[in-house]
Amino acid sequence: MNTLLPLFTAIPICSAILILIIGKFDKKNFPRIWSLLTSLSLLFILAVIWDKGTIIHEMGGWKPPFGVVLVKDNLSQMMLLIVNVVAFLTIIYSYVYIIKFEDYLRFFTLFLFMLAGMNGVVLTGDLFNLFVFLEIASIASYALVGYGVDAEELEASFKYLILGALASVFILFGIGMIYSIAGSVNMADVAKFIVENNLGGNNALLMATGLFIVGFGLKAGLVPFHAWLPDAHSSAPAPISVMLSGVLIKVLGIYSLIRIFYSVIGITPVVSNIFITMGVISMLVGAFMGFGQDDMKRMFAFSSISQMGYIAVGIGIGTPLAIVGALFHLLNHAGFKSLLFFSSGAIQTSTGTRNLSELGGLRKKMPVTSATSVIGALSIAGVPPFNGFWSKLIIILAAFSAGYSWLGAILVFTAFLTLAYYLRFQKNVIFGEPTVRLKNVKEAPFMMIMPMVVFAVFCLLGGVFNGWIISNIIIPAQGIITNQLGYISSVLGI
Amino acid sequence: MTLYFLNFVLLIIGLYALVVKRHIVKKILGVAIMEYAVNLFLILLGFRKSGIAPILTEDMDLQTFIHTAVDPLPQALVLTSIVIGLGTLALMVAMAIRLYERYGTFDMDEINRLRG
Repeated sequence: MNTLLPLFTAIPICSAILILIIGKFDKKNFPRIWSLLTSLSLLFILAVIWDKGTIIHEMGGWKPPFGVVLVKDNLSQMMLLIVNVVAFLTIIYSYVYIIKFEDYLRFFTLFLFMLAGMNGVVLTGDLFNLFVFLEIASIASYALVGYGVDAEELEASFKYLILGALASVFILFGIGMIYSIAGSVNMADVAKFIVENNLGGNNALLMATGLFIVGFGLKAGLVPFHAWLPDAHSSAPAPISVMLSGVLIKVLGIYSLIRIFYSVIGITPVVSNIFITMGVISMLVGAFMGFGQDDMKRMFAFSSISQMGYIAVGIGIGTPLAIVGALFHLLNHAGFKSLLFFSSGAIQTSTGTRNLSELGGLRKKMPVTSATSVIGALSIAGVPPFNGFWSKLIIILAAFSAGYSWLGAILVFTAFLTLAYYLRFQKNVIFGEPTVRLKNVKEAPFMMIMPMVVFAVFCLLGGVFNGWIISNIIIPAQGIITNQLGYISSVLGI
Repeated sequence: MTLYFLNFVLLIIGLYALVVKRHIVKKILGVAIMEYAVNLFLILLGFRKSGIAPILTEDMDLQTFIHTAVDPLPQALVLTSIVIGLGTLALMVAMAIRLYERYGTFDMDEINRLRG
């Protein structure tokens, strides 16, 4: 069983290299079909190891404090589910979308490297290994954002690259700090050292805390560090926007923050307050900036910042209920934001524009895309019975029950703001009368519609059967987060 | 301690170049300087004045080995991180060349078509 864990990174990397080699001879179909098969095989492996408890794989047979370990617990299982399902549907979507680029051999190569990096970040139990996988995913994503090599795409990619490199430097510096204290880079071993010696207020640890917050905050796009996010999300090709917004900022940012602060360093009131403050600013700035945007994808990008704020607030409050809300919102956001970016790609392919002022009346011309994007917009705005409503409700209830009533008020206020700018999106794009130049618009191809329908069904069913999802996927993951000692003992085997 | 302080100064120089300079190549150099500062920091963690290579031979006493050998782990980490830094640097330089082809300038203030 535990030998299956390295396959999550090994299979995509080998496939990526194979695509580069064989793709020289068959440029057209091999890259697309092979990456689809790769992603499908990862889903199959995930199904095999699903719900088997904590699985540890010691790389090369070295015992945990010395060697690199891969750890699959219930939290990484949930993240693996999100990463691999979104990646699979994105590859299906890219099957047709990517034809407009002449050379899509390297697109799938980089895509699979990014997938391998994210799977590695989720699975690793070693701080330096986390940095390595994070860099694999990041470097692939820098190149993918600029894949179209137009002026704007290159500009966005370069900004993302500079800030991403800064974040990586900070994260590595933080890991060095941790190593200087604990003499180990194994997460469980570091956590054990910190707990046993009661190092809560150690100066070097505080510095590492600050460096990690800046580094992973940059990767997550939380507000003081969000400058790259709207540019990168709006300039990237639609499948890459989906991967960035649906998965990458969650895995590299939020998941790493959760893992490091809850399982390794241990959460302190100062860090909680920083999370809550960054979350509140992110929510408000994202929502207000979302209003002013004419570019559809830019609006979705600011809305991503806003929704990441919700998750950060949930993590900051730190009660089990709040963490359940944050994780459920993370899962839901992967669903509806992927759906919305897919819709923006479909609309751009069919109409040639994504400016709200030039669109209108797509309800009759593109019925399926319209229906799914309305479902996505209603979910993210928190309208019952869709899934976004329940996760926001849980976070708001957690804020009130933890005694942060002002925070609850801001959360409710932001939910209304979100509803308002998504209504603007619906009014300008879906409803109304089509303009003259949109007369001959046709529905997007089936391969692009299918993933959108899947996500729309998820948004609806995730809302209706929220109890099942929470008790089967979210609560086990929350149990890992709030039990630091359990993580230490299960990895080190003591 | 002086070494750590100087190392931190190096990091700040890189950060200064990254934040303040407008020229793309200077920004790239800033990132490179920061990466080297962090690599140097990791090396310093394992550094020991007149230390020996961490290879335990038969004629060596374990206690003297522990008290004189340098820490090998940071060196392994730095090797990996240098390679990663090379990858990032190559991508940044390639991106800078492409940006110059599109915009005809290296000035980051004039490369501002994305706003809002």
